[in-house]
Amino acid sequence: MTMDSDPKGKDYKSALARRNFLRGIGMGAVTTVATVAQPAWGGETFQDAFADFFQKDYRRMSAEEIDAALGRIERRAKRRYGVDIDCVNTPPQEGVVFGYAINISRCRGYRDCVHACVKENNLGRDSQVQYIRVLELNDGDFNLEHSDHYYDPETVPVEGKHYLPVQCMQCDDPPCVKACPVEATWMEPDGIVVVDYDWCIGCRYCMAACPYWARHFNWTTPEIPAEEINTKTHYLGNRPRPRGVVEKCHFCVQRTRKGRQPACMEACPTGARIFGNLLDPDSEIRYVLANKQVFRLKEELGTDPKFWYFSD
Amino acid sequence: MAVVGFILDSIREMFRGPREYWMWLGALAAIVAFGAWNYSQQLMNGLVVTGMSDQVSWGFYISNFAFLVGIAAAAVLLVIPAYLFDRKDIKDVVLVGEGMAVAAVMMAIMFVVVDLGHPDRLWHLMPVIGRFHWPISLLAWDVLVLSVYFLLNLAIPFYVLYSHYQGKEPNFRLYFPFVVIAMFWAISIHTVTAFLFSANPARPFWHSALLGPRFIASAFASGPALIIIALQIVRKVTSYPISQTVIDTLALIMTTALQISLFFVGVELFTDFYNEGAHAASIHYLFFGLRGFASLQMWIWVSLALNLVAVVILMIHPLRRKIVMLNIACVLTFFGIWIEKGMGLVIPGFIPTPLGEIFEYEPTGIELGVAAGIWAFGILIFTLLAKAVIAIKQRKLVRSR
Repeated sequence: MTMDSDPKGKDYKSALARRNFLRGIGMGAVTTVATVAQPAWGGETFQDAFADFFQKDYRRMSAEEIDAALGRIERRAKRRYGVDIDCVNTPPQEGVVFGYAINISRCRGYRDCVHACVKENNLGRDSQVQYIRVLELNDGDFNLEHSDHYYDPETVPVEGKHYLPVQCMQCDDPPCVKACPVEATWMEPDGIVVVDYDWCIGCRYCMAACPYWARHFNWTTPEIPAEEINTKTHYLGNRPRPRGVVEKCHFCVQRTRKGRQPACMEACPTGARIFGNLLDPDSEIRYVLANKQVFRLKEELGTDPKFWYFSD
Repeated sequence: MAVVGFILDSIREMFRGPREYWMWLGALAAIVAFGAWNYSQQLMNGLVVTGMSDQVSWGFYISNFAFLVGIAAAAVLLVIPAYLFDRKDIKDVVLVGEGMAVAAVMMAIMFVVVDLGHPDRLWHLMPVIGRFHWPISLLAWDVLVLSVYFLLNLAIPFYVLYSHYQGKEPNFRLYFPFVVIAMFWAISIHTVTAFLFSANPARPFWHSALLGPRFIASAFASGPALIIIALQIVRKVTSYPISQTVIDTLALIMTTALQISLFFVGVELFTDFYNEGAHAASIHYLFFGLRGFASLQMWIWVSLALNLVAVVILMIHPLRRKIVMLNIACVLTFFGIWIEKGMGLVIPGFIPTPLGEIFEYEPTGIELGVAAGIWAFGILIFTLLAKAVIAIKQRKLVRSR
């Protein structure tokens, strides 16, 4: 379940891609060279739509094809939101597999992680998609079916309650990846389960397969106020999504592949969240795994999550 | 070139008939158009116009899909006695049954397509130019087995009818191997469709080894129910002789299958409720409601009642042999299983969600409209196929020299 060809696409886009971009069409049998001259009838829009339709899946695109796709994504965002975004394709780092751990005794149920995630990842505001769900449970009870997903008191934490944030567990044996009939979702070498939004057919079988309710569908076109758009985007991450495709938490791939923390961790005011490289023996996450009593949700299902919980 | 003539003659036959026939076609076409209009609304606005949500991410469409795969598979109940046991009476109608299978598979595939967020990307499923995730994805398996089943049910009747058209007897040894394949294939399509659901430990309600057998048993009840009704209609509106013995055999198969199907329901209820655990949350919601939510309760009890009344009628021989009572039992079974496999199986799998949230589902008018259009399309296809089949079987349609 690794990429079947070497990492391609760059953090920057070549001059070629910026001015004249090569488009791979269909199976790559036909390649046309188009210039970014703007014909009067909006030919660029038409050409983009044409190239979008025949765009190959991420893992079969050449570096040039990915560059061209990134260019189209940026132009699409401009047309849709009037915003200049920067869409890149940062490859996974060598020797890195990401893992996450949450100290549930520190979680106070503020939901700062949820809101940071929504902003960082350009989640549809009116559709109210959220990658993270914080569950409120009564003390002494860990049955998720007794949890309140929509708790809304004046202040949190509420006496006698405890909180459990849930998001994509980045399973090492992900049932969603097995389910997908077109291989539009897969696990990257750094352990992140990603979706190619341009390849997903929107059948939602992955959503039925996920034991953590971590996958979300764009039932409508996600609307985001232009001024709130995060313009630093990644092809496999937070770029604006089309309608009719599935999306999910991707450990803020646009940040973490550049050595930054995921937005949820950065936002957490209590320091309950710990993220890091599982392959680095000196990382904080490895310290937690070695020294704390950790557990994983629904471990009995055999999905091998890379997401742990622990308490002080 | 004779093949072209055969196809053209068949199409001509499909659109030839008395006024009533045209009115029937017209009514169906109107419903298809209504469905298409509803679908266009969905295409323009997105799947937000349906009642589905992140919580209940499959709804009425996939419910109908699961049911229709069963109807398609049930054609095998005519194929086996016709070709293996050489029942002459059943051989006369087996092509009508295969026509029903073709129509049912088409409907099943259409129900999946209208459920897609991006139907324009359907080509991503194609091997080579797309990325067909076979043999890992169960959905890929379903695409494969349904397509092949569709082709088998087109090819076999096509060959047989083409031979008749040419005034020849079809070469049994040539097509018999394909008939055998089709028999196993029929079981496979419904097994794979059951596996599509039961493969998910995330959904305890579906994650049962009994789901496959349950699907087959209920299909072998609802399928014959529909075939019995269809054959009687054919008998009424055409001069094509349909022996009562065919209907008797189907009624007997249906009786047994419905008994087994209900037994399976009982087994499921016992296992889930004797020591009720988290595994039983969905079935509890379905039958009794959960934490004040109970929108599926009425559906499932109605379904159970329909099936129980039907099985009582079918089990009492004098009742079953009365054609009126048999027809009532058929209608009850058809709707009983339709609910059980659709609203009663697909939807509760999503309630509560894996994180314990209860969010209910109800199909919207758009979903009902699209579904009505697809059903009308299927009935239209069946009508046209049956029309041509009967004309050729009656030797009304032969190659003119």
